[in-house]
Amino acid sequence: MTSTLAVRRVLLRRNLAFLAGLLLIGALTAGSSIITEFSFRDSVASFPKALHWLAANFVPDQRALKALPKIAVKLMETVLVSVMATVIGAAAAMGLAILASRTTRPHPAVTLVVRLIASVCRNVPVVAWAMIFLLSFGQNVLTGLLALLIGTVGYLTRAYVEAIEETAESSVEALHASGASWMHTVTQAVLPSVMPQIASWMLYMVETNIRDATLVGILTGTGIGFLFDVYYKSMNYPSAALVVIGVVIVVIAIETGSNALRRVIL
Amino acid sequence: MKARPGKISLRRATPASVALNATLIVLAGVTVAGFFLLDTKNLDVGQASVKLLGDLGKMMTRPVAKHFTLLEALKAILVTLSLGFLTTLMGAVLALMVAPFAAKNLGNRTVVAVIKAFVAFIRAVPTVLWVLIFAIGAGLGSVAAVVGMTFHSFAYLVKAYSEAFEEIDAGVIEALQACGAGRVQIVLRAVVPSSMGAVISWTFMRFEINFTNAVAMGAAAGAGGIGYDLFMAAGFYFNIGEVGTITWLILLVAIALEIGATRLKQGRHVHT
Repeated sequence: MTSTLAVRRVLLRRNLAFLAGLLLIGALTAGSSIITEFSFRDSVASFPKALHWLAANFVPDQRALKALPKIAVKLMETVLVSVMATVIGAAAAMGLAILASRTTRPHPAVTLVVRLIASVCRNVPVVAWAMIFLLSFGQNVLTGLLALLIGTVGYLTRAYVEAIEETAESSVEALHASGASWMHTVTQAVLPSVMPQIASWMLYMVETNIRDATLVGILTGTGIGFLFDVYYKSMNYPSAALVVIGVVIVVIAIETGSNALRRVIL
Repeated sequence: MKARPGKISLRRATPASVALNATLIVLAGVTVAGFFLLDTKNLDVGQASVKLLGDLGKMMTRPVAKHFTLLEALKAILVTLSLGFLTTLMGAVLALMVAPFAAKNLGNRTVVAVIKAFVAFIRAVPTVLWVLIFAIGAGLGSVAAVVGMTFHSFAYLVKAYSEAFEEIDAGVIEALQACGAGRVQIVLRAVVPSSMGAVISWTFMRFEINFTNAVAMGAAAGAGGIGYDLFMAAGFYFNIGEVGTITWLILLVAIALEIGATRLKQGRHVHT
Protein backbone atom coordinates (compact mmCIF):
# COMPACT_ATOMS: atom_id res chain seq x y z
CA MET A 1 0.00 0.00 0.00
CA THR A 2 2.89 2.34 0.76
CA SER A 3 3.97 2.05 -2.87
CA THR A 4 0.66 3.43 -4.16
CA LEU A 5 1.02 6.26 -1.68
CA ALA A 6 4.51 6.94 -2.97
CA VAL A 7 3.26 6.92 -6.54
CA ARG A 8 0.49 9.28 -5.59
CA ARG A 9 2.95 11.61 -3.94
CA VAL A 10 5.17 11.61 -7.04
CA LEU A 11 2.18 12.30 -9.27
CA LEU A 12 1.00 15.08 -6.96
CA ARG A 13 4.42 16.66 -6.99
CA ARG A 14 4.58 16.41 -10.77
CA ASN A 15 1.15 17.97 -11.14
CA LEU A 16 2.10 20.77 -8.76
CA ALA A 17 5.28 21.44 -10.73
CA PHE A 18 3.26 21.49 -13.93
CA LEU A 19 0.77 23.91 -12.39
CA ALA A 20 3.57 26.16 -11.14
CA GLY A 21 5.12 26.18 -14.60
CA LEU A 22 1.79 27.07 -16.15
CA LEU A 23 1.28 29.91 -13.66
CA LEU A 24 4.77 31.25 -14.33
CA ILE A 25 4.22 31.20 -18.08
CA GLY A 26 0.84 32.89 -17.58
CA ALA A 27 2.38 35.63 -15.44
CA LEU A 28 5.22 36.18 -17.93
CA THR A 29 2.71 36.34 -20.77
CA ALA A 30 0.56 38.89 -18.98
CA GLY A 31 3.62 40.99 -18.08
CA SER A 32 5.05 40.84 -21.60
CA SER A 33 1.71 41.77 -23.15
CA ILE A 34 1.40 44.84 -20.92
CA ILE A 35 4.98 45.99 -21.57
CA THR A 36 4.71 45.65 -25.34
CA GLU A 37 1.05 46.72 -25.58
CA PHE A 38 0.39 43.43 -27.29
CA SER A 39 -3.09 41.97 -27.53
CA PHE A 40 -3.80 38.37 -28.43
CA ARG A 41 -7.28 39.32 -29.56
CA ASP A 42 -5.92 41.87 -32.04
CA SER A 43 -3.38 39.44 -33.42
CA VAL A 44 -5.94 36.69 -33.90
CA ALA A 45 -8.28 39.20 -35.53
CA SER A 46 -5.49 40.57 -37.75
CA PHE A 47 -4.63 37.16 -39.10
CA PRO A 48 -7.56 36.45 -41.46
CA LYS A 49 -7.62 40.12 -42.48
CA ALA A 50 -3.94 40.03 -43.38
CA LEU A 51 -4.29 36.78 -45.33
CA HIS A 52 -7.26 38.21 -47.21
CA TRP A 53 -5.29 41.35 -48.02
CA LEU A 54 -2.29 39.28 -49.11
CA ALA A 55 -4.33 37.18 -51.50
CA ALA A 56 -5.89 40.28 -53.04
CA ASN A 57 -2.92 42.67 -53.26
CA PHE A 58 0.32 40.82 -52.70
CA VAL A 59 0.39 39.16 -56.11
CA PRO A 60 2.88 39.95 -58.88
CA ASP A 61 1.33 41.71 -61.89
CA GLN A 62 2.48 42.75 -65.38
CA ARG A 63 4.41 45.74 -64.08
CA ALA A 64 6.19 43.59 -61.51
CA LEU A 65 7.30 41.14 -64.19
CA LYS A 66 9.04 44.02 -65.96
CA ALA A 67 11.16 44.46 -62.83
CA LEU A 68 12.19 40.80 -62.94
CA PRO A 69 15.66 41.36 -64.47
CA LYS A 70 16.43 43.96 -61.78
CA ILE A 71 15.23 41.59 -59.07
CA ALA A 72 17.31 38.75 -60.50
CA VAL A 73 20.46 40.89 -60.47
CA LYS A 74 19.92 41.89 -56.84
CA LEU A 75 19.19 38.29 -55.88
CA MET A 76 22.48 37.26 -57.50
CA GLU A 77 24.28 39.96 -55.57
CA THR A 78 22.73 38.71 -52.32
CA VAL A 79 23.69 35.10 -53.04
CA LEU A 80 27.20 36.25 -53.91
CA VAL A 81 27.57 38.21 -50.66
CA SER A 82 26.21 35.29 -48.62
CA VAL A 83 28.59 32.79 -50.19
CA MET A 84 31.56 35.14 -49.84
CA ALA A 85 30.80 35.81 -46.17
CA THR A 86 30.45 32.07 -45.60
CA VAL A 87 33.67 31.05 -47.36
CA ILE A 88 35.88 33.76 -45.88
CA GLY A 89 34.24 33.30 -42.49
CA ALA A 90 34.72 29.53 -42.67
CA ALA A 91 38.43 29.91 -43.47
CA ALA A 92 38.89 32.24 -40.51
CA ALA A 93 36.79 30.01 -38.25
CA MET A 94 38.88 26.98 -39.24
CA GLY A 95 42.06 28.74 -38.19
CA LEU A 96 40.50 29.86 -34.92
CA ALA A 97 39.04 26.42 -34.24
CA ILE A 98 42.42 24.73 -34.69
CA LEU A 99 43.88 27.19 -32.19
CA ALA A 100 41.05 26.59 -29.72
CA SER A 101 40.13 22.89 -29.83
CA ARG A 102 41.42 20.67 -27.03
CA THR A 103 43.11 18.29 -29.48
CA THR A 104 45.05 20.85 -31.53
CA ARG A 105 45.55 23.97 -29.41
CA PRO A 106 49.11 25.18 -28.86
CA HIS A 107 48.27 26.39 -25.33
CA PRO A 108 45.14 26.20 -23.14
CA ALA A 109 45.07 29.97 -22.71
CA VAL A 110 44.50 30.41 -26.45
CA THR A 111 41.21 28.51 -26.14
CA LEU A 112 39.88 31.10 -23.73
CA VAL A 113 40.80 34.03 -25.97
CA VAL A 114 39.34 32.42 -29.10
CA ARG A 115 36.14 31.44 -27.30
CA LEU A 116 35.72 35.01 -26.11
CA ILE A 117 36.23 36.41 -29.61
CA ALA A 118 33.79 33.90 -31.12
CA SER A 119 31.23 34.59 -28.42
CA VAL A 120 31.31 38.35 -29.04
CA CYS A 121 31.09 37.82 -32.82
CA ARG A 122 28.10 35.54 -32.44
CA ASN A 123 26.20 37.20 -29.61
CA VAL A 124 26.27 40.73 -30.97
CA PRO A 125 23.38 40.36 -33.45
CA VAL A 126 24.17 40.68 -37.14
CA VAL A 127 21.88 43.73 -37.15
CA ALA A 128 24.09 45.46 -34.61
CA TRP A 129 27.24 44.65 -36.61
CA ALA A 130 25.52 46.06 -39.68
CA MET A 131 24.64 49.31 -37.89
CA ILE A 132 28.20 49.60 -36.52
CA PHE A 133 29.79 49.07 -39.93
CA LEU A 134 27.28 51.42 -41.52
CA LEU A 135 28.97 54.32 -39.72
CA SER A 136 32.36 53.65 -41.31
CA PHE A 137 31.59 51.82 -44.56
CA GLY A 138 28.37 53.66 -45.45
CA GLN A 139 25.63 52.28 -47.71
CA ASN A 140 27.86 49.75 -49.40
CA VAL A 141 27.80 46.02 -50.22
CA LEU A 142 30.89 45.64 -48.06
CA THR A 143 28.94 46.76 -44.97
CA GLY A 144 26.57 43.81 -45.25
CA LEU A 145 29.36 41.45 -46.25
CA LEU A 146 31.39 42.38 -43.17
CA ALA A 147 28.40 42.05 -40.83
CA LEU A 148 27.56 38.58 -42.18
CA LEU A 149 31.23 37.63 -42.10
CA ILE A 150 31.61 38.45 -38.41
CA GLY A 151 28.46 36.52 -37.50
CA THR A 152 29.66 33.56 -39.59
CA VAL A 153 33.03 33.50 -37.82
CA GLY A 154 31.24 33.45 -34.47
CA TYR A 155 28.94 30.55 -35.35
CA LEU A 156 31.36 28.43 -37.34
CA THR A 157 34.21 28.70 -34.83
CA ARG A 158 32.01 27.11 -32.19
CA ALA A 159 30.76 24.45 -34.62
CA TYR A 160 34.25 23.64 -35.90
CA VAL A 161 35.75 23.36 -32.41
CA GLU A 162 33.08 20.79 -31.59
CA ALA A 163 33.67 19.00 -34.90
CA ILE A 164 37.42 18.74 -34.30
CA GLU A 165 37.01 17.58 -30.72
CA GLU A 166 34.45 14.94 -31.72
CA THR A 167 36.01 13.44 -34.82
CA ALA A 168 39.73 14.09 -34.93
CA GLU A 169 40.81 12.98 -31.46
CA SER A 170 41.84 9.39 -32.23
CA SER A 171 43.66 10.11 -35.49
CA VAL A 172 45.53 13.00 -33.85
CA GLU A 173 46.67 10.69 -31.09
CA ALA A 174 47.86 8.11 -33.60
CA LEU A 175 49.92 10.68 -35.49
CA HIS A 176 51.31 12.08 -32.26
CA ALA A 177 52.45 8.62 -31.26
CA SER A 178 54.26 8.18 -34.55
CA GLY A 179 56.15 11.43 -33.96
CA ALA A 180 54.43 13.66 -36.52
CA SER A 181 54.84 17.40 -36.10
CA TRP A 182 51.96 19.69 -35.15
CA MET A 183 51.75 21.00 -38.70
CA HIS A 184 51.60 17.50 -40.14
CA THR A 185 48.99 16.43 -37.62
CA VAL A 186 46.76 19.33 -38.56
CA THR A 187 47.09 18.96 -42.33
CA GLN A 188 47.10 15.15 -42.47
CA ALA A 189 44.73 14.14 -39.68
CA VAL A 190 42.56 17.01 -38.50
CA LEU A 191 41.61 18.66 -41.78
CA PRO A 192 40.79 15.49 -43.75
CA SER A 193 38.67 14.00 -40.98
CA VAL A 194 36.60 17.12 -40.32
CA MET A 195 36.31 18.29 -43.94
CA PRO A 196 32.85 16.74 -44.53
CA GLN A 197 31.47 18.47 -41.44
CA ILE A 198 33.13 21.73 -42.39
CA ALA A 199 31.47 21.64 -45.80
CA SER A 200 28.12 20.66 -44.33
CA TRP A 201 28.23 23.61 -41.93
CA MET A 202 29.22 25.92 -44.77
CA LEU A 203 26.17 24.88 -46.78
CA TYR A 204 23.97 25.53 -43.76
CA MET A 205 25.60 28.92 -43.26
CA VAL A 206 25.00 29.97 -46.88
CA GLU A 207 21.29 29.38 -46.32
CA THR A 208 21.25 31.33 -43.06
CA ASN A 209 23.28 34.14 -44.55
CA ILE A 210 20.91 34.59 -47.48
CA ARG A 211 18.02 35.11 -45.07
CA ASP A 212 20.10 37.44 -42.90
CA ALA A 213 21.39 39.27 -45.98
CA THR A 214 17.82 40.32 -46.77
CA LEU A 215 17.52 41.85 -43.33
CA VAL A 216 20.93 43.49 -43.43
CA GLY A 217 20.15 44.80 -46.92
CA ILE A 218 17.11 46.67 -45.64
CA LEU A 219 19.28 48.43 -43.06
CA THR A 220 22.34 49.09 -45.20
CA GLY A 221 20.52 49.89 -48.44
CA THR A 222 22.02 47.08 -50.51
CA GLY A 223 21.03 43.88 -52.27
CA ILE A 224 17.61 42.28 -52.41
CA GLY A 225 16.60 43.70 -49.02
CA PHE A 226 16.99 47.23 -50.32
CA LEU A 227 14.96 46.48 -53.43
CA PHE A 228 12.16 45.03 -51.29
CA ASP A 229 12.28 48.09 -49.06
CA VAL A 230 12.01 50.44 -52.05
CA TYR A 231 8.96 48.61 -53.44
CA TYR A 232 7.46 48.28 -49.97
CA LYS A 233 7.79 51.94 -49.08
CA SER A 234 6.44 53.08 -52.45
CA MET A 235 3.52 50.68 -51.90
CA ASN A 236 4.39 48.81 -55.08
CA TYR A 237 3.20 45.57 -53.48
CA PRO A 238 3.03 43.42 -56.65
CA SER A 239 6.77 43.98 -57.21
CA ALA A 240 7.51 43.42 -53.51
CA ALA A 241 5.62 40.12 -53.81
CA LEU A 242 7.81 39.10 -56.72
CA VAL A 243 10.88 39.82 -54.59
CA VAL A 244 9.54 37.55 -51.85
CA ILE A 245 8.83 34.80 -54.37
CA GLY A 246 12.37 35.19 -55.73
CA VAL A 247 13.87 34.86 -52.24
CA VAL A 248 11.75 31.80 -51.52
CA ILE A 249 12.83 30.10 -54.74
CA VAL A 250 16.52 30.80 -54.10
CA VAL A 251 16.40 29.68 -50.46
CA ILE A 252 14.47 26.48 -51.21
CA ALA A 253 16.75 25.68 -54.17
CA ILE A 254 19.84 26.11 -52.01
CA GLU A 255 18.30 24.14 -49.16
CA THR A 256 17.34 21.25 -51.44
CA GLY A 257 20.77 21.27 -53.08
CA SER A 258 22.55 21.36 -49.72
CA ASN A 259 20.48 18.49 -48.37
CA ALA A 260 21.27 16.37 -51.42
CA LEU A 261 24.99 17.19 -51.16
CA ARG A 262 24.99 16.55 -47.42
CA ARG A 263 23.53 13.07 -47.93
CA VAL A 264 26.44 12.21 -50.24
CA ILE A 265 29.19 13.92 -48.23
CA LEU A 266 28.40 12.85 -44.67
CA MET B 1 44.94 12.74 -57.54
CA LYS B 2 47.94 11.36 -59.51
CA ALA B 3 50.64 9.73 -57.46
CA ARG B 4 54.09 11.15 -57.87
CA PRO B 5 56.78 8.53 -58.61
CA GLY B 6 57.95 6.89 -55.42
CA LYS B 7 54.79 7.87 -53.56
CA ILE B 8 51.74 5.79 -52.89
CA SER B 9 48.40 7.49 -53.41
CA LEU B 10 46.40 6.80 -50.28
CA ARG B 11 43.17 8.48 -51.24
CA ARG B 12 40.72 7.14 -53.74
CA ALA B 13 37.96 9.16 -55.26
CA THR B 14 34.64 8.15 -53.76
CA PRO B 15 31.29 9.80 -54.52
CA ALA B 16 31.57 11.45 -51.11
CA SER B 17 35.02 12.91 -51.74
CA VAL B 18 34.05 14.05 -55.24
CA ALA B 19 30.95 15.81 -53.91
CA LEU B 20 32.97 17.32 -51.09
CA ASN B 21 35.68 18.65 -53.38
CA ALA B 22 33.13 19.94 -55.88
CA THR B 23 31.26 21.79 -53.11
CA LEU B 24 34.42 23.41 -51.81
CA ILE B 25 35.67 24.33 -55.28
CA VAL B 26 32.35 25.88 -56.31
CA LEU B 27 32.04 27.87 -53.10
CA ALA B 28 35.63 29.09 -53.38
CA GLY B 29 35.15 29.91 -57.07
CA VAL B 30 32.03 31.97 -56.35
CA THR B 31 33.93 33.82 -53.64
CA VAL B 32 36.81 34.71 -55.93
CA ALA B 33 34.39 35.76 -58.66
CA GLY B 34 32.57 37.88 -56.12
CA PHE B 35 35.59 40.09 -55.59
CA PHE B 36 35.37 41.10 -59.24
CA LEU B 37 31.60 41.17 -59.57
CA LEU B 38 30.59 43.14 -56.50
CA ASP B 39 30.11 46.84 -57.06
CA THR B 40 31.82 48.49 -54.10
CA LYS B 41 31.32 51.99 -55.54
CA ASN B 42 35.07 52.61 -55.27
CA LEU B 43 34.93 52.74 -51.51
CA ASP B 44 38.29 53.55 -49.92
CA VAL B 45 38.52 50.36 -47.86
CA GLY B 46 41.68 51.45 -46.05
CA GLN B 47 40.18 54.70 -44.85
CA ALA B 48 36.90 53.02 -43.88
CA SER B 49 38.77 50.34 -41.95
CA VAL B 50 40.74 52.95 -40.00
CA LYS B 51 37.49 54.69 -39.10
CA LEU B 52 35.96 51.35 -38.17
CA LEU B 53 38.81 50.51 -35.78
CA GLY B 54 38.44 53.94 -34.20
CA ASP B 55 34.68 53.38 -33.87
CA LEU B 56 35.15 49.98 -32.26
CA GLY B 57 37.63 51.47 -29.81
CA LYS B 58 35.21 54.25 -28.88
CA MET B 59 32.34 51.81 -28.50
CA MET B 60 34.29 49.69 -26.08
CA THR B 61 35.93 52.39 -24.01
CA ARG B 62 33.46 55.26 -24.08
CA PRO B 63 29.89 54.05 -24.14
CA VAL B 64 27.50 56.98 -23.59
CA ALA B 65 23.75 57.49 -23.34
CA LYS B 66 22.65 60.86 -24.61
CA HIS B 67 19.23 60.36 -26.17
CA PHE B 68 18.05 57.86 -23.57
CA THR B 69 18.70 57.17 -19.90
CA LEU B 70 20.09 53.87 -18.73
CA LEU B 71 16.71 53.09 -17.19
CA GLU B 72 15.01 53.68 -20.53
CA ALA B 73 17.53 51.43 -22.22
CA LEU B 74 16.83 48.68 -19.69
CA LYS B 75 13.12 49.08 -20.30
CA ALA B 76 13.75 48.82 -24.03
CA ILE B 77 15.66 45.57 -23.43
CA LEU B 78 12.67 44.34 -21.45
CA VAL B 79 10.36 45.21 -24.35
CA THR B 80 12.60 43.26 -26.74
CA LEU B 81 12.75 40.28 -24.37
CA SER B 82 8.95 40.40 -24.05
CA LEU B 83 8.49 40.39 -27.81
CA GLY B 84 10.81 37.39 -28.00
CA PHE B 85 8.90 35.65 -25.21
CA LEU B 86 5.45 36.21 -26.72
CA THR B 87 6.67 35.03 -30.11
CA THR B 88 8.24 31.91 -28.63
CA LEU B 89 5.10 31.13 -26.64
CA MET B 90 2.74 31.50 -29.61
CA GLY B 91 5.09 29.55 -31.87
CA ALA B 92 5.54 26.78 -29.31
CA VAL B 93 1.82 26.35 -28.58
CA LEU B 94 0.94 26.23 -32.28
CA ALA B 95 3.88 23.97 -33.10
CA LEU B 96 3.00 21.51 -30.33
CA MET B 97 -0.45 21.16 -31.83
CA VAL B 98 0.88 20.53 -35.34
CA ALA B 99 4.10 18.59 -34.66
CA PRO B 100 2.45 15.20 -33.87
CA PHE B 101 0.94 15.28 -37.36
CA ALA B 102 4.37 16.07 -38.84
CA ALA B 103 6.22 13.17 -37.19
CA LYS B 104 6.77 10.18 -39.47
CA ASN B 105 6.10 7.63 -36.74
CA LEU B 106 2.81 9.21 -35.65
CA GLY B 107 1.13 10.86 -38.59
CA ASN B 108 -0.27 9.92 -41.94
CA ARG B 109 2.41 9.88 -44.65
CA THR B 110 0.75 12.36 -46.99
CA VAL B 111 -0.10 14.73 -44.15
CA VAL B 112 3.50 14.58 -42.91
CA ALA B 113 4.82 15.44 -46.37
CA VAL B 114 2.36 18.31 -46.82
CA ILE B 115 3.13 19.84 -43.42
CA LYS B 116 6.89 19.51 -43.94
CA ALA B 117 6.68 21.23 -47.32
CA PHE B 118 4.47 24.00 -45.91
CA VAL B 119 6.86 24.55 -43.02
CA ALA B 120 9.85 24.65 -45.39
CA PHE B 121 8.09 27.38 -47.37
CA ILE B 122 7.44 29.46 -44.25
CA ARG B 123 11.09 29.17 -43.23
CA ALA B 124 12.29 30.21 -46.67
CA VAL B 125 10.76 33.68 -46.29
CA PRO B 126 13.05 35.79 -44.09
CA THR B 127 11.46 36.84 -40.79
CA VAL B 128 11.74 40.53 -41.57
CA LEU B 129 9.64 40.07 -44.70
CA TRP B 130 6.91 38.26 -42.75
CA VAL B 131 6.83 41.11 -40.24
CA LEU B 132 6.74 43.83 -42.89
CA ILE B 133 4.06 41.99 -44.85
CA PHE B 134 1.92 41.67 -41.73
CA ALA B 135 2.56 45.28 -40.80
CA ILE B 136 0.61 46.36 -43.90
CA GLY B 137 -2.50 44.75 -42.46
CA ALA B 138 -1.96 45.20 -38.73
CA GLY B 139 0.12 48.39 -38.73
CA LEU B 140 3.71 48.66 -37.47
CA GLY B 141 3.94 47.65 -33.85
CA SER B 142 3.98 44.74 -31.46
CA VAL B 143 1.09 42.86 -33.08
CA ALA B 144 2.70 42.76 -36.54
CA ALA B 145 6.10 41.98 -35.02
CA VAL B 146 4.88 39.10 -32.87
CA VAL B 147 2.61 37.62 -35.54
CA GLY B 148 5.29 37.96 -38.22
CA MET B 149 8.01 36.47 -36.04
CA THR B 150 5.66 33.69 -34.92
CA PHE B 151 5.59 32.35 -38.49
CA HIS B 152 9.25 31.46 -38.36
CA SER B 153 9.18 30.23 -34.77
CA PHE B 154 6.25 27.98 -35.57
CA ALA B 155 7.96 26.52 -38.65
CA TYR B 156 11.28 26.03 -36.86
CA LEU B 157 9.66 24.40 -33.83
CA VAL B 158 7.41 22.12 -35.88
CA LYS B 159 10.57 20.79 -37.53
CA ALA B 160 12.44 20.48 -34.23
CA TYR B 161 9.57 18.93 -32.24
CA SER B 162 8.55 16.48 -34.95
CA GLU B 163 12.15 15.30 -35.29
CA ALA B 164 12.32 14.87 -31.51
CA PHE B 165 9.10 12.84 -31.63
CA GLU B 166 10.53 10.70 -34.42
CA GLU B 167 13.39 9.65 -32.14
CA ILE B 168 11.03 7.95 -29.70
CA ASP B 169 11.42 4.20 -29.32
CA ALA B 170 9.00 2.55 -31.77
CA GLY B 171 8.39 -0.23 -29.23
CA VAL B 172 6.73 2.14 -26.78
CA ILE B 173 4.23 3.31 -29.36
CA GLU B 174 3.60 -0.26 -30.48
CA ALA B 175 3.03 -1.41 -26.91
CA LEU B 176 0.49 1.36 -26.34
CA GLN B 177 -1.24 0.56 -29.62
CA ALA B 178 -1.44 -3.09 -28.58
CA CYS B 179 -3.12 -1.99 -25.34
CA GLY B 180 -5.74 -0.24 -27.44
CA ALA B 181 -4.56 3.32 -26.82
CA GLY B 182 -5.83 5.86 -29.32
CA ARG B 183 -3.63 8.32 -31.15
CA VAL B 184 -4.41 11.16 -28.75
CA GLN B 185 -3.56 8.99 -25.76
CA ILE B 186 -0.29 7.91 -27.32
CA VAL B 187 0.74 11.50 -27.97
CA LEU B 188 -0.30 12.83 -24.56
CA ARG B 189 0.83 9.91 -22.40
CA ALA B 190 3.95 8.65 -24.19
CA VAL B 191 5.27 10.98 -26.86
CA VAL B 192 5.03 14.34 -25.11
CA PRO B 193 6.30 13.20 -21.68
CA SER B 194 9.28 11.28 -23.06
CA SER B 195 10.40 14.10 -25.37
CA MET B 196 9.69 16.87 -22.85
CA GLY B 197 13.39 17.52 -22.31
CA ALA B 198 14.02 17.96 -26.01
CA VAL B 199 10.93 20.14 -26.40
CA ILE B 200 11.97 22.48 -23.58
CA SER B 201 15.55 22.65 -24.83
CA TRP B 202 14.49 23.48 -28.41
CA THR B 203 11.97 26.03 -27.18
CA PHE B 204 14.56 27.86 -25.11
CA MET B 205 16.97 27.78 -28.03
CA ARG B 206 14.25 29.41 -30.12
CA PHE B 207 13.75 32.02 -27.38
CA GLU B 208 17.44 32.87 -27.72
CA ILE B 209 17.00 33.27 -31.49
CA ASN B 210 13.80 35.25 -31.02
CA PHE B 211 15.54 37.76 -28.77
CA THR B 212 18.01 38.44 -31.58
CA ASN B 213 15.11 38.56 -34.04
CA ALA B 214 13.24 41.03 -31.86
CA VAL B 215 16.32 43.28 -31.83
CA ALA B 216 16.39 43.06 -35.62
CA MET B 217 12.68 43.77 -35.99
CA GLY B 218 13.04 46.82 -33.77
CA ALA B 219 15.72 48.14 -36.08
CA ALA B 220 14.23 47.16 -39.44
CA ALA B 221 10.48 46.84 -38.94
CA GLY B 222 9.41 49.36 -36.31
CA ALA B 223 8.83 46.83 -33.54
CA GLY B 224 10.26 49.13 -30.86
CA GLY B 225 12.52 48.01 -28.04
CA ILE B 226 16.31 48.16 -27.97
CA GLY B 227 16.56 47.47 -31.71
CA TYR B 228 14.80 50.75 -32.46
CA ASP B 229 17.20 52.64 -30.15
CA LEU B 230 20.09 50.99 -31.97
CA PHE B 231 18.70 52.04 -35.31
CA MET B 232 18.24 55.64 -34.14
CA ALA B 233 21.71 55.83 -32.56
CA ALA B 234 23.50 54.52 -35.66
CA GLY B 235 21.26 55.59 -38.52
CA PHE B 236 19.90 58.91 -37.24
CA TYR B 237 22.15 60.45 -34.56
CA PHE B 238 25.38 58.81 -35.88
CA ASN B 239 26.44 58.46 -32.25
CA ILE B 240 28.96 55.63 -31.92
CA GLY B 241 29.11 55.94 -28.13
CA GLU B 242 25.40 55.25 -27.89
CA VAL B 243 25.70 52.36 -30.32
CA GLY B 244 28.36 51.07 -27.93
CA THR B 245 26.09 51.25 -24.87
CA ILE B 246 23.26 49.48 -26.67
CA THR B 247 25.56 46.82 -28.13
CA TRP B 248 27.01 46.09 -24.68
CA LEU B 249 23.52 45.63 -23.23
CA ILE B 250 22.39 43.35 -26.07
CA LEU B 251 25.62 41.35 -25.83
CA LEU B 252 25.20 40.74 -22.10
CA VAL B 253 21.60 39.54 -22.47
CA ALA B 254 22.47 37.38 -25.49
CA ILE B 255 25.38 35.71 -23.66
CA ALA B 256 23.16 35.02 -20.64
CA LEU B 257 20.54 33.42 -22.91
CA GLU B 258 23.18 31.39 -24.73
CA ILE B 259 24.55 30.03 -21.46
CA GLY B 260 21.00 29.10 -20.42
CA ALA B 261 20.33 27.34 -23.72
CA THR B 262 23.62 25.43 -23.59
CA ARG B 263 22.96 24.34 -19.99
CA LEU B 264 19.54 23.00 -20.97
CA LYS B 265 21.01 21.15 -23.93
CA GLN B 266 23.83 19.60 -21.91
CA GLY B 267 21.48 18.70 -19.05
CA ARG B 268 19.40 16.74 -21.52
CA HIS B 269 22.38 14.74 -22.71
CA VAL B 270 23.27 13.83 -19.16
CA HIS B 271 19.82 12.63 -18.23
CA THR B 272 19.09 10.55 -21.29
